[in-house]
Amino acid sequence: MQKSFAMAALLAASCAAQAAGSDADLAAIRAQIAEMKQSYEQRIAALENKLAEAESRTAQSAAAPVAVAPAAQSSASAFNPEVSLILQGKLRQMKDIPNRGITGFFPAGVEGANGRGFSADETELVLAANIDPYWRGQAIVAMADGQAEIEEAWFQSLAIGHGVGLKAGRFRSGIGYINEQHPHARDFADAPLMYQAMFGDSYAQDGVQLKWLAPTPLFVEFGAEVGRGANFPGTDRNRNGAGGSALYVHVGDDLGVENSWRVGLSWLKTKAGERSADFTDLAGVTAQGAFTGDSTTWLADFVWKWAPNGNPKYQNFKFQGEYFARQEKGALNCSSADAASLCNVAVESAYRTRQSGWYTQGVYQFTPEWRAGLRYEQLDSGTRDFGLNTANLAVDAYKPKKTTAMVDYSWSEFSRVRLQYAQDKSMAGITDKQWTLQYIMSLGAHGAHKF
Amino acid sequence: MNKLFATLLLTLAALPAQADLKVFATVPEWAALAREIGGDKVQVYAATTAFQDPHRIEAKPSLLAQARQANLVVAAGADLEIGWLPLVLRDSGNAAIQPAQPGYFEASAWVNRLEVPTVLDRAHGDVHAAGNPHVHLDPRNVLKVGEALTARMAELDPAQAATYRSGFKTFAGKWQVAMARWEKEAAPLRGIGVLVHHRSFVYLESWLGMRELGALEPKPGIEPSSGHLTSLLARQQATPAKMVLRAAYQQDGPSQWIAGKAGIPAVLLPYTVGGTLEAKDLFGLFDDTLQRLLKAAR
Repeated sequence: MQKSFAMAALLAASCAAQAAGSDADLAAIRAQIAEMKQSYEQRIAALENKLAEAESRTAQSAAAPVAVAPAAQSSASAFNPEVSLILQGKLRQMKDIPNRGITGFFPAGVEGANGRGFSADETELVLAANIDPYWRGQAIVAMADGQAEIEEAWFQSLAIGHGVGLKAGRFRSGIGYINEQHPHARDFADAPLMYQAMFGDSYAQDGVQLKWLAPTPLFVEFGAEVGRGANFPGTDRNRNGAGGSALYVHVGDDLGVENSWRVGLSWLKTKAGERSADFTDLAGVTAQGAFTGDSTTWLADFVWKWAPNGNPKYQNFKFQGEYFARQEKGALNCSSADAASLCNVAVESAYRTRQSGWYTQGVYQFTPEWRAGLRYEQLDSGTRDFGLNTANLAVDAYKPKKTTAMVDYSWSEFSRVRLQYAQDKSMAGITDKQWTLQYIMSLGAHGAHKF
Repeated sequence: MNKLFATLLLTLAALPAQADLKVFATVPEWAALAREIGGDKVQVYAATTAFQDPHRIEAKPSLLAQARQANLVVAAGADLEIGWLPLVLRDSGNAAIQPAQPGYFEASAWVNRLEVPTVLDRAHGDVHAAGNPHVHLDPRNVLKVGEALTARMAELDPAQAATYRSGFKTFAGKWQVAMARWEKEAAPLRGIGVLVHHRSFVYLESWLGMRELGALEPKPGIEPSSGHLTSLLARQQATPAKMVLRAAYQQDGPSQWIAGKAGIPAVLLPYTVGGTLEAKDLFGLFDDTLQRLLKAAR
């Protein structure tokens, strides 16, 4: 447009120079200029109309969400689930104890508990997405050398309402407090002794979970689960129906703006069929004990979190504790292929135990990057009645103890490195000083962690 | 047992039989806006205060209990609450407030977002794929969000639709008058260079024509380091900033350090409703923000 005006000006100037020209020429030029003016005015009017139209359109579109066009994303890949990958590896220094276990407890078999030196540990792949308006799905695959284990694979309801939540598939049970937490979300490099004794690490099962959140200002949640119950303390028994069931209730609230708390009470019942483990008989020979019967676990847990102004970013403190009591009733079969064993001829007896344990821990984050924590735990092998087999098997009465201290550093929400020292007296007569240097790196989707 | 459970369920379900629209707002600014629109016809719960970093909240039991009963969740969106809100929504057992339902409202979806990244890589820090989520500090955005929120509240609670519309009309009228006043008052701020703690003020700067010369966080979500602060200080020679801004929920150490070294004022801004004594409501928030900026610019 500017260019056209410039041309018009030039034209006008040249007109002035030819002022001496004939009137006819002058009239022709005037006509030309008038024509040009008219054509420009028309074009300007058209442009103004267009502008007004566009303005009214943006005004209207204020009522519609402003979409940000995803850059070069094909519609097929746009539906990809949220993906995250957790890298966690460690360097561990401790005693070499061939059959690491917890004295006085039926071994739950803690995987990798004896690994020393460097290890890439487990790599966790998490995939999650809304399936449709009614369901959401998530799968967590833990990968280690030569194996990929489905840690969780479930779908959960989004549209039932009335405070009801339904989950089905393989999931970590809602019992206790840290049971649902994956290792990368925990505050220490290993699970508390109590969880190792109870479940090996944590309790998951294939089944159905139903939760109901009460419509009250106080947080009150009830949960019920039925499932296969194939994991310790139960065993896979290949039966119709449920092999394990759990019930729990959680209550929680805030105290002022700075404090939040939650307490829980849980009950888990599982059945075991020939759950076998190594025992030492009174002749000092290894014999196999197989337990068949019921296992009932009660759990009580509480957690309290504090942050100045309720802003946990700079400083916060978290204090938690859990207690468990377990009762097992059934039969124990003692057998051994070793001729020196007292169980060389298999002996079947009654089996009754009542055992308990607890842990408590505090973690203080004193800057956005640094945290330090202390954990103390103690188990009680309690009463162990092996019936007839008391004559064959050693009944250890012992109170395993462990004290753990850790300090960790986080560059961001996605990366953390941790140094941990533990004095482990979980085996009678042994004090194991354990050092662990661990990293936890989260790639991909921003995860959300439970309270 | 089954019958007992059913009876219990029914009794409890019948308990909160009040007609009021229950709004669960993730941040104080949108709680305040919902109150402006709904007046005494709405029950508004704010999940956070001005002293809490909205990125870093946990899915606390109290939040779950509140979300369970809400008819409408008003979130900032653009991934601001990604670390806790999705969990609260899913575990609330409340079908009405799930994303894509009318009971879920994201404020930042209704405005033009700034700083939408072209590259998504965490090497750039905790970037938000949908752009900078701190949209409320441009009062023009408040108006846009208010219009959309009014429509949503009217949709969810048709009985009070007229009340919400007139509530918003009154608010919008006062807001436009106030906006004209603010823009006039803020004239001396135009073109002023500032440093910020976190990039939480881009909408304020774009509205007032202030220039952001740098952030104390080397990357979003990464705490200020002494090396980065020193490099900011070195830049002060060539491109001098007139002040350093932080929100009420951010630590004062880094901005005090740089303010002391550079000889410029460290300015605490309320950032949201409740951040200072004066920022009692949305009007107070902008009044106080401007007063503090103008005082520092003098």
